[in-house]
Amino acid sequence: MKNTRREFLKLAAVSAIGVGAGRLGFLGDAPAHAGPLPGVANFEEGLKAKHWGMAIFTAKMTPELIEKCRTACHTEHNVPDIPGNKNIKWFWGASFEESFPTEHGHYLSEEVEHREFPLLCNQCETPMCVKVCPTQATFQRPDGIVMMDFHRCIGCRYCMAGCPFGARSFNFQDPRPFIKHFNPHFPTRMRGVVEKCNFCAERLAIGKMPMCVEAAGGALVFGDLADENSDVRKVLREHFAIRRKPDAGTSPSVYYIL
Amino acid sequence: MYNAKYIIPGIIFFLALIFAPVAYNMGKGVFEVKPELPKDQKDCIEDAQTMRDKHMQILNEWRNEAVRDGERIYVNSKGKKYVKSLTNTCMSCHTDKTKFCDRCHDTVGVAPYCWDCHNLTPNQKSPIPLAENGEAGGH
Repeated sequence: MKNTRREFLKLAAVSAIGVGAGRLGFLGDAPAHAGPLPGVANFEEGLKAKHWGMAIFTAKMTPELIEKCRTACHTEHNVPDIPGNKNIKWFWGASFEESFPTEHGHYLSEEVEHREFPLLCNQCETPMCVKVCPTQATFQRPDGIVMMDFHRCIGCRYCMAGCPFGARSFNFQDPRPFIKHFNPHFPTRMRGVVEKCNFCAERLAIGKMPMCVEAAGGALVFGDLADENSDVRKVLREHFAIRRKPDAGTSPSVYYIL
Repeated sequence: MYNAKYIIPGIIFFLALIFAPVAYNMGKGVFEVKPELPKDQKDCIEDAQTMRDKHMQILNEWRNEAVRDGERIYVNSKGKKYVKSLTNTCMSCHTDKTKFCDRCHDTVGVAPYCWDCHNLTPNQKSPIPLAENGEAGGH
């Protein structure tokens, strides 16, 4: 008995060394999905605004286009692809009833009733998640972006209970094995933190538009809601738009043009 | 002296115990850790002594300023600018964590949990596999 245990421990030790050595193997040369590394010059051209917001031409957002935006976003931010109810969502699609439950649309036009709506964090003006966060891991930037400092998140999930839009996801497990398209320039997350859309704050910092806006080719309009000459304000002036669950009182910065 | 036959051996045993580590390390030379420095680079963001003493404070400041204040450009003492990024700036030059970070951290027994989330280099091809035995910070 003693001998077999000894053998087993030896084998276990050798396997552990093997696993340790295996960790060096993935240091490759060419990045899998990333473009060139942004430098100081890129960061000096960062986009600035008083209140970032988005308008969505929902009629133009076909399920295929939503999927394209979702893939672009999830690839950029290393969002894992976990099947089932442990999934992580930054950008996703849902029906009218799920997206606008307070509209109580009884006799909806069939086209709107069957339309899929793109959903993401609403980047609220008075965000519930920021109010309930006990560590200030979720905070609001002066430009309106509701951002997460993953370093501070303790995984209490108050924000998930607070958010009226289901825009937050919890990492029930190490997300790394589920990352299909890997971007080495953006960090991953660890088990036990909450995550959500950050309006591509890291891309705005290098003067680029958010991933979904770029992928949508005009169906998503992004800009400064505080600037009346901005694209997004121009679009909102010309089209009737609604916001999700306005009676929740959080004042979303994402507008849906029906 | 009362009970000298107990006390004196006791004191000798105690002193032997206290000085055992000194005796153990006698003649082993100076305590030194040699991390492998990048061959194609001469200067780090600050001089070597500052980096040795304060890299943890600098990284902590970088993370707060970059994430919370959106200030992502670091101006060093010589006026040169760098992007505040652990993976994309530090690890661009110090490409091998095991030959740089780990050399000191392992020796002095600290396990910073940077790599639970951050990538090892900006050229990494796939995410870091699952850590065994809680190696990455142990939580």
